[in-house]
Amino acid sequence: MSARNRELFALIPASLLITAGFAAVFVQRDDLLSNVSLTYGAVFLGLCFAAHMIIRFTLPYADPYLFPLAAVLASLGLVMIYRIDDELAREQAQWFVVGLVVFAATIVWLRDYSVLERYRYTIALAGIALLILPRVPGIGAQVNGAYLGVKLGPISFQPAELSKIAIVIFLASYLRDTRQVLVQGGKKIAGLPLPRLKDLGPLLVVWGAAMLLLVFIRDLGSSLMFFGAFLALLYVATNQLRWVTIGLVMFFAGAWLVANTVGHVQGRIDAWRDPFDPELYNASVSGSYQIAQSLFAQADGGLFGTGFGQALLNLPGGGRLLPAAETDLIYALITNELGLFGAAGVIAVYLLFAERGFKTAMLAGDSFSKLLAAGLSAVFALQVFVIVGGVTKLIPLTGVTMPFVSYGGSSIVANFILLALLLTVSNRARAPR
Amino acid sequence: MNTPAFRLYVVLAILFAVLVGQTSRWTVFDAEALRDNALNRRGLLEEQRIHRGALRARGGQVIARSVEGQGGTFSRRYPLGQLFAHPIGYSYTDIGRYELEAERNDELTGERDDVGSIIDQLAGREREGDQVTTTLDVDAQKAAFEALGGQRGAVVAIEPETGRIRVMASNPSFDPDALRRRGALKELDKAEGSPLVNRTTMGQYPPGSTMKVVTATAAIDSGKFTKDSQLDGKSPQIISGAPLSNFSNEQFGRIPLTTALTHSVNTVWAQVGVQLGGETMQRYMERFGFYDRVEIDLPRQQRERSGVFVQGHGIQDMTSDRVDVGRAAIGQGGLLTTPLQMAMVASAVANGGKLMKPTLTDRVVDRDGRTVERIEPELLHQVMKASTAQEVGDMMASVVREGTGTAAALSGIDVAGKTGTAEIIPAQNVNQPWFIGFAPRTNPRIAVAATIERSTGTGGVVAAPIAKRVMEELLR
Repeated sequence: MSARNRELFALIPASLLITAGFAAVFVQRDDLLSNVSLTYGAVFLGLCFAAHMIIRFTLPYADPYLFPLAAVLASLGLVMIYRIDDELAREQAQWFVVGLVVFAATIVWLRDYSVLERYRYTIALAGIALLILPRVPGIGAQVNGAYLGVKLGPISFQPAELSKIAIVIFLASYLRDTRQVLVQGGKKIAGLPLPRLKDLGPLLVVWGAAMLLLVFIRDLGSSLMFFGAFLALLYVATNQLRWVTIGLVMFFAGAWLVANTVGHVQGRIDAWRDPFDPELYNASVSGSYQIAQSLFAQADGGLFGTGFGQALLNLPGGGRLLPAAETDLIYALITNELGLFGAAGVIAVYLLFAERGFKTAMLAGDSFSKLLAAGLSAVFALQVFVIVGGVTKLIPLTGVTMPFVSYGGSSIVANFILLALLLTVSNRARAPR
Repeated sequence: MNTPAFRLYVVLAILFAVLVGQTSRWTVFDAEALRDNALNRRGLLEEQRIHRGALRARGGQVIARSVEGQGGTFSRRYPLGQLFAHPIGYSYTDIGRYELEAERNDELTGERDDVGSIIDQLAGREREGDQVTTTLDVDAQKAAFEALGGQRGAVVAIEPETGRIRVMASNPSFDPDALRRRGALKELDKAEGSPLVNRTTMGQYPPGSTMKVVTATAAIDSGKFTKDSQLDGKSPQIISGAPLSNFSNEQFGRIPLTTALTHSVNTVWAQVGVQLGGETMQRYMERFGFYDRVEIDLPRQQRERSGVFVQGHGIQDMTSDRVDVGRAAIGQGGLLTTPLQMAMVASAVANGGKLMKPTLTDRVVDRDGRTVERIEPELLHQVMKASTAQEVGDMMASVVREGTGTAAALSGIDVAGKTGTAEIIPAQNVNQPWFIGFAPRTNPRIAVAATIERSTGTGGVVAAPIAKRVMEELLR
């Protein structure tokens, strides 16, 4: 069977999931099965089919599983968002259409993605500019004490989503050139080869950027995601653990310092340490209400969950019991309704996606492609780790989205670009030579 | 670069495994603790969405039911108002649950085990509470309140053969419907007369001479006395180093125990108690249920113990040096009992010495009318031999026929009973009058205890008519 036909068949689970999911939510709501659920399923399936045709004509050799895995995640996300609010689901569906257009455009424009290397400094600057945007007065928006959003009139987006791709592209291109130099060791101390000081330069620069990020946007999670992706790429490029070790030590030392000086970061860490402290729980800003509600919601899920549409979400007098259920805390809602097994399934889908990404990196012929695919997969996986880790109180909770699942235009568009890039790399890697 | 890429993937896979591990911590291992967390209101909010089952009287009358409000939530209504505030209690999201509403919460909310709830989920059934039919009798409960006539006190009526509680009245009561108003509970908590206290199970009163039924049981069942044993009834006599008098200092000669019970002769029964000793008294009291929280379907903190309480030392066994066995044997000397405990004493004598476990629940019925659970009568203790029960019953019948308890007599039905008048403030003539008894004398169908707080009357005058009224209603 050809790769594209395999992809087509692999879309069946996604279509079943979305139809069954909508049906379940409808049954729960009205006690009757409306044909709207089938319409939703059909429209979503149509979109998937359109994307599939784009890939079929432009990237015939691309990995057949990446897109269906993304489709499974997207369909689950759509069902969950629909279950929270019909209107949000409609908007999310529209963003899928936009995302698909961007997806197609990316594939068509960047079939020869080596052009990205030529503009690497432009891309890097754009990436950093995007990150700083939320602090620009007038358009920056503060949510829960962190600066992650930008508001331009009616449109709001999270620039960090796009910036993660820009920075991975830059790093992949930069490290392709410099990795040979970085491998060479300097003096040895106690048998450990230390890097030469001048080679430490770039590392210090990126570390500094991550710290600035922490200070500026006050978000430990995105900072961890960016710096983690950088270390991951550095490791793949040099195959040397010392860089990673030095980087991690520097990061945590810096994070510790910042946490003790920047109030919001400190608050988030306190909330993480003791979410059930009544004072923190009732605090209006930087409190632990969110994380506590997240854990309460998960506890109600048990092994099998309460079922689609059955979880307790709203307060009887109006208002949300589980805050940010459609964005940051969507994993808590998934765990509540689908239980431990459902949540583990979602994590498994993300892991499979990352596995296909790294597979692409290994199959790729040139260093840039390898680094690009590995970097994109790593940043994707790290984003999942940061948000799910935050929701499950493994690390302090931060405001990043769950790729393809959370509500949000910028998230969908950015992740479709990421998917398009991975597919493009994989198309070249798997093409018969 | 493939080797580090692969290793990186492995590291990420491990991180993801940690995520699953962490999720299982909250969903499975720590789930119970999270659900019990004081900050977690999900359980209460969830329950508001459940159609809580109705609570019914024995005859089917609705005591409590849930009505649907806005947003698919339910709230509780109590159509009978004050009548069954005790022992039914209340159930509201913001103030919690009380008494039977609390104790039967699992049944009323349809709480099922894991397998049951999965089956319900697969079948698409919404969680619904079961109905609980109580053993309580509406007319008799009304009669009890009417007979109390606004006096602070308590009445309990038990079916001796089964332990089913027919009447559990505690005055003053409160209107559970009124608790929907914010702050109403706090006001009630401080209100005059402590209406939130269920006096039948939480009220601890000196039982006075009704305790002589327990002493008589110990005396005859232990074989040390018979109902015809003769003792000196002169008054006063020195008991435990201090003089003890009969009521109104009435004088008797050497009289048999039956006569001593009929006329409630303190000096005779105190001697019996002293001669039996603390150990024997303790044994029989424990068999009747003293020194233990009564096993009835009410929350633990709403069930007080009966026994001898010594200032500064709490509850003390009869064998303790601090206890005056002679005075405890006639219901004085720091002995405190709940009205339910004294009703159980009457009930055990009525049922041939078999003390049945008292219960407020008759059966649990699901929405479709199927009986899910029926509470079967359960033997708590064989308190005494059937022959002892027969003799003590005869002695009690004589009390109502010709002694202090004639006010409890019913026309055409033999009643057995015992009065009690514990003196609270003798100088002001403030008493705790009691009556315990059962009817009919042969094949008894009902056992009662009635008591009044701080009354100037005696048990035979004020408590016996209340018991009579309730028995009359239940024997109709």
